[in-house]
Parts: sequence; C-alpha cells; structure tokens
Amino acid sequence: MQRFYEVMFIVRPDTQDEDVDKLIAGFEATVTNGGGNIRSTEKLGRRKLAYLVRKFSEGNYILMTIDADGKLVAELERRLRVSEPVIKFITVRMDEEQKRIDKIKAIRVTRKKLSAQPVAAPVEAAVEAPAEATPASA
Amino acid sequence: MADETTTPRAPEGAAPSGGPGGPRGPRSGGPGGPGGPGGRKFFRRKKVCKFCTEKIDAIPYRDVRLLQGFVAERGKIVPRRLTGVCTTHQRRLTRAIKQARNIALLPFAARY
Repeated sequence: MQRFYEVMFIVRPDTQDEDVDKLIAGFEATVTNGGGNIRSTEKLGRRKLAYLVRKFSEGNYILMTIDADGKLVAELERRLRVSEPVIKFITVRMDEEQKRIDKIKAIRVTRKKLSAQPVAAPVEAAVEAPAEATPASA
Repeated sequence: MADETTTPRAPEGAAPSGGPGGPRGPRSGGPGGPGGPGGRKFFRRKKVCKFCTEKIDAIPYRDVRLLQGFVAERGKIVPRRLTGVCTTHQRRLTRAIKQARNIALLPFAARY
C-alpha cells in the first residue's frame, strides 16, 4: 500500500554542496531500493532557524515528496537520524489530506457546472432583449 | 446614541480577556441577550474566517508567512476568538504551527 509522504530535513550549514547532493542521492537510493517512488526533491536553500539546533542558527532545508509504505519510511527515518549532517527532520503523511483536497476540488467543479446552465439562459434572454430594444428604438 | 455605545466598546474590545464572542459562545447567537451578559447592546462586527472566505483548503506547515499571521509576538498561538477563524481551520492551523515549530520554521518561545 503506497502512501504519499513529505519529508523535510535540515542539513548543517557547513556542509559543501556536493556533500549535500551525495546525501540526497543516498536517501533517494534508499527509497527506490525499498520499492518506493520519489515524486520530487526540492532544495529550499539556506534559512535562518527559529531557534538554535545543535548550536547552529542556519540550515539547508531540503524537501522530498515520496510514495512509500510504512516500513520504508521507518528505514528512511532511521538513516536520517543516524546521518551526521542532518540535524532535524520531519515526515508528514499527505495522502489523506490529498484525498480530501481532491474531493473538495471535484465538488467545486461539479457545482460550477450546475450553476452555469440556468444562468446562461436568462443571461442570453437579457442580452437579446436590450439588443432588440435598441435597434427598435433607433 | 450610536456614538456613546461604540466608543466604550473599542477599548474593551482591545483587552483580550473576556472578549465579547468568547464565553458567550458562537457569534451567530446574535444580540440574543442584549444587556444580559456583560451589558453589551450589539455584539462585535462579525469576524469571518480567513480560510473559509479565501477557500484555502490546505494549510501547509511550510508556508511560514501565512502561519505568522496567527502567531503572537512571543511565538504563542493566537486564540480563535481574536482572529475569527472557524473551528476546523483553527485545528488544522494549530497542527501546522506545531509542525512548523518542530522543524525550526517557527520558534517555540521568542524573545524574553
């Protein structure tokens, strides 16, 4: 059962860019080897942290969205916890949320279609009426 | 008459304790008890939920700017009677703020 997760983690600011890329590649390999699927990886760049984490006040934020099952997520979290450059991480489950949003969007689309039809008729009638009136008066 | 009632309302409304909509329940109660509890003639102007009007479905923890509007200066979460958010959205907002705090996007306690 593949579920949709968002993993955000912070890498310490004194790591080189290539090391960061190596790290990310390592995690992506973990996901794909475990049978998961990576939707996207985003580097949000350096940001000031809201509080000191391991005596750092800045960090490199990275966001990964993946499709995986629970065991794979546990394994990924274990690796994140163990890896030295990663100072913080959070995994959020997004599939239920996504389902809810899609449902709302679908309802909105159908509602729009229902309201479009009766509105069209009186609008056309109103448009025709003044259009007829003006040439008649002119 | 209207002036006399509105001006004392303004400084009272500024004080967060015992806000007009708070212990009296939902705003839709209306001026049900005028002069009853607290002696208020009109209740405050209806505060609308920002998320309901703008039809924002999801409140992601990553959107710091959106969340900061609902966080006080010291980092505390603002109660919904002050911001006018509806219950479902307040719950989602709280969840998002706590997630953001965990990932150091928002502070747990700011300043002194």
